[in-house]
Amino acid sequence: MQETMIKRAKELLADGTVSRVIGWKKGEFGYDSTPAVFETAEELDRDFVFDDFTASNVSKYLVKESRKDGKILAFLKPCDTYSFNQLIKEHRVIRENVYIIGIPGGPKLDVEKIKAKGITGILNKKNENYTLKIETLYGTETMMFYEAICGKCQDCKSKKHVIYDELIGEDGDVLDSSRFDMVEKLENMTAQERFDFWREQLSKCIRCNACRNVCPACTCEKCVFDNPKSGIENKAPSDSFEENMFHIIRAFHVAGRCTDCGECSRVCPQNIPLHLLNRKFIKDINELYGEYQAGADLTSKSPLTDYDTNDCEPSIVHERGVE
Amino acid sequence: MQRIGVFVCHCGTNIAATVDVKAVAEALSHEPGVVISQDYQYMCSESGQNLVKDAIKEHNLTGVVVCSCSPRMHENTFRKAAASVGLNPYLVEIANIREQCSWIHKEIATATDKAIILGKAAVAKVHLNAPLTAGESPVVKRALVIGGGIAGIQTALDIAEAGFDVDIVEKKPTIGGKMAQIDKTFPTLDCAACILTPKMVEASQNEHITIHSFSEVADVKGFVGNFTVTIKKKARYVDEVKCTGCGACVEKCPMKKVPNEFNEGLDNRHAIYIPFAQAVPKVATIDPNYCMMLKNGKCGVCSKVCAAGAIDYKQQDKFIEQKYGAIIVATGFNPINLDKYDEFAYSQCPDVVTSLELERLMNAAGPNGGTLLRPSDKTHPHTIVFVQCVGSRCDDEKGKPYCSKICCMYTAKHAMLIREKYPDTEVYVFYIDVRTPGKNFDEFYRRAVEQYNVHYIKGMVGKVTPKSDGKIDVQASDLLANEQLHINADMVVLAAAIEPDKTARPLATMLTTQMDTNDFFTEAHPKLRPVESATAGIFLSGACQGPKDIPETVAQASAAAAKAIGLLVKNSITCNPCVAHSDELLCNGCSSCEKVCPYGAITYQDKEFRMPDRTTAIRRVASVNPAVCQGCGACTVACPSGAMDLNGFSNSQIMAEVDAICK
Repeated sequence: MQETMIKRAKELLADGTVSRVIGWKKGEFGYDSTPAVFETAEELDRDFVFDDFTASNVSKYLVKESRKDGKILAFLKPCDTYSFNQLIKEHRVIRENVYIIGIPGGPKLDVEKIKAKGITGILNKKNENYTLKIETLYGTETMMFYEAICGKCQDCKSKKHVIYDELIGEDGDVLDSSRFDMVEKLENMTAQERFDFWREQLSKCIRCNACRNVCPACTCEKCVFDNPKSGIENKAPSDSFEENMFHIIRAFHVAGRCTDCGECSRVCPQNIPLHLLNRKFIKDINELYGEYQAGADLTSKSPLTDYDTNDCEPSIVHERGVE
Repeated sequence: MQRIGVFVCHCGTNIAATVDVKAVAEALSHEPGVVISQDYQYMCSESGQNLVKDAIKEHNLTGVVVCSCSPRMHENTFRKAAASVGLNPYLVEIANIREQCSWIHKEIATATDKAIILGKAAVAKVHLNAPLTAGESPVVKRALVIGGGIAGIQTALDIAEAGFDVDIVEKKPTIGGKMAQIDKTFPTLDCAACILTPKMVEASQNEHITIHSFSEVADVKGFVGNFTVTIKKKARYVDEVKCTGCGACVEKCPMKKVPNEFNEGLDNRHAIYIPFAQAVPKVATIDPNYCMMLKNGKCGVCSKVCAAGAIDYKQQDKFIEQKYGAIIVATGFNPINLDKYDEFAYSQCPDVVTSLELERLMNAAGPNGGTLLRPSDKTHPHTIVFVQCVGSRCDDEKGKPYCSKICCMYTAKHAMLIREKYPDTEVYVFYIDVRTPGKNFDEFYRRAVEQYNVHYIKGMVGKVTPKSDGKIDVQASDLLANEQLHINADMVVLAAAIEPDKTARPLATMLTTQMDTNDFFTEAHPKLRPVESATAGIFLSGACQGPKDIPETVAQASAAAAKAIGLLVKNSITCNPCVAHSDELLCNGCSSCEKVCPYGAITYQDKEFRMPDRTTAIRRVASVNPAVCQGCGACTVACPSGAMDLNGFSNSQIMAEVDAICK
């Protein structure tokens, strides 16, 4: 797959369709690839990588990249295309300046899950019959492939590319995922249990802002958390509830716009299941206003910024809040 | 440095009885920036206002907080007072310590505490108030009347009389509404059609009036003086212009088994129909649920017989957009559905009818040509029982808590008419109370009892049982004689409660007007502004606001017209300067605000900006048209980056109020 992508990228660079390519670049180790922009065939040959660890969503980078001169080729996995669509809807990317090649999605792997098995000094890995063979400095280790799948791929919502100019490989379908199971579990808790759950999780937050910085829905020119006039600007937690407010405010800000790409939880160094906050909103929106998937298309209106006379009355919030 | 004056009103005892006003004035005098804090018996009185004016002059105040009633009552009074002595009116804030405090609390200590907190919040807010200047916006000199019953017709005629264009939107194929179905009217017993149909004709012939029959309001945008309304003209499959109303199509239509709504389903009409002889417009309409041509493409008789070539089976719903300065709601009422009232056997027995059905049974254009016959066997009824308050003044969920107001009078009318025409018929009326306030109303009722010997019995009917011999057993109690009665009746007439039309609620949402729990539109003030809604530019006419008889409906319809004319004669109205604006440096151009704006006040521009790295970038940013913005604030909460803010209710002002309350 990687070779096909590089070959096609080189062709598009050579014929002048695009002047740059956004994809993933090898890191220091085999598992720490990062999003990167390539301008030449040489750079592509040397650094371009696409493998089980290229889980990151490059759509957000296109906010800036699509505003530069020339067209850029973007390789988007199915989940990334939802984010890209949503950004088009919000006028944050310039569609005409992006050439999209849809590429197959995951399941991608989470190196932390491999490390959690006590496997260190990872050099390389191979996938054989659902078993991962991991070459390390200290010899070959094995583990089940599914145990290493990253969180966002476990609850994959769709293998379908909702926007592309061309596809490499076949397009898939929207999946019947079990992504709301955990939300349901939380809903069934008592208010106190739920509060305790979130206090325990959110108090781990170190306010590194990685979730915000990676989130494709968080593309404000100036984030409210960086704006002294907003009244909620604060870099470091000043009291023990600060980080709770940060995540709650953030969840409200992306409500109705979050495509559930799962990047927030993937990048969290403290392993806080942040995506559950967003999923709760998605589930509520589905239940109150009918099924809605942000980014699934370019024309539908988000239920939270739209209304019709059949919308539920605000009192529903009170009714649902009653224990 | 702010110099704020605080003025605490006693409102007689309205506030002072529950709130220690002196303590409030004293507590607020210590708030930052407050230079004078006073209390007074009636702050809205001339001398009260002078107190405020003198303080502004004497202390050179930069802000005023009046702790008094709701800003809906007197905000304007105090703004005007401030403006008269040179203080910008938008530097006046009201702390509502009456409706939101003294009226709802009993304990003086807690109410006083709350009044102080509300006052503190207002002081915190006024610190951040900025002087604002109101602009003006033009008034579209055209009115829309929603509903073409007697209320809508009267309102439209009165507005047209004043020389303004007015459109009537009526969802049925003809105007006329419920009054067109009524046989005679109380208390004069003149025929409803004789007094209504001339008005219908007048409306259709008036050069200022356009009737959109078989149409509905699909969308409302805009604001007082400048509404944009989308009207859905439903496909009637007949060209309204070409149709002459000759009725040849109706005669030849082979589909004859369609329940006739105009006669309350007591007889049948054709699939193509003209509701009644005096319908306006007198144009045929095809019912697509029954027309065989529309259902399966087999028939087409009406098209063949139509000399005018008016039949158009391919007609589609049409949407037209029109601008209006004022909107008058006249959506009227319906009798409630009686299916749940098993005890009265309405669904089981055809001879148990509603009062509106009886109107049709007695009407010359009704199913029996005006002869009162039982629907079941077309025989003359000799004993008729009227049951009052079916679903009215009812505590349970089946009915309505209110009095439907018209039933006592129309039942007296029915009883009298029956006794007059068929003296051999015994008429019983079971009632809780007989309510006959109104000019010549009680005399009318007494005539029914004294002159026509109608048997009025205080008590409710417990059970109505159809018997095998075709008679109906009515079991009731006579509360005055304290005995149980069984009446062997031929017919039972139920005075069903009336309720607002079902279209009223979605319409209220579109118009952003308020309704009460019974879906009647709420007037701006129950005593002093009975025909205005709380939403500027929306007026209320007829039974959509509450149960009404015809004289009252017509009076209110004319009153609503007068209010609308008062608006339409103005060339422009003062705008609210509390409008939104966007901070372009923060704006992402994401369109969230545009999507939620109910007034279409937000547009986007590509603008060049200097970036921190000295380059320039073109960004899409929102701008608000202040003449269109109504200051609802929806955009400020939709904006993810906080770029949108509202004059007079800025995010920082609201946060300052919250902080003051939580302190």
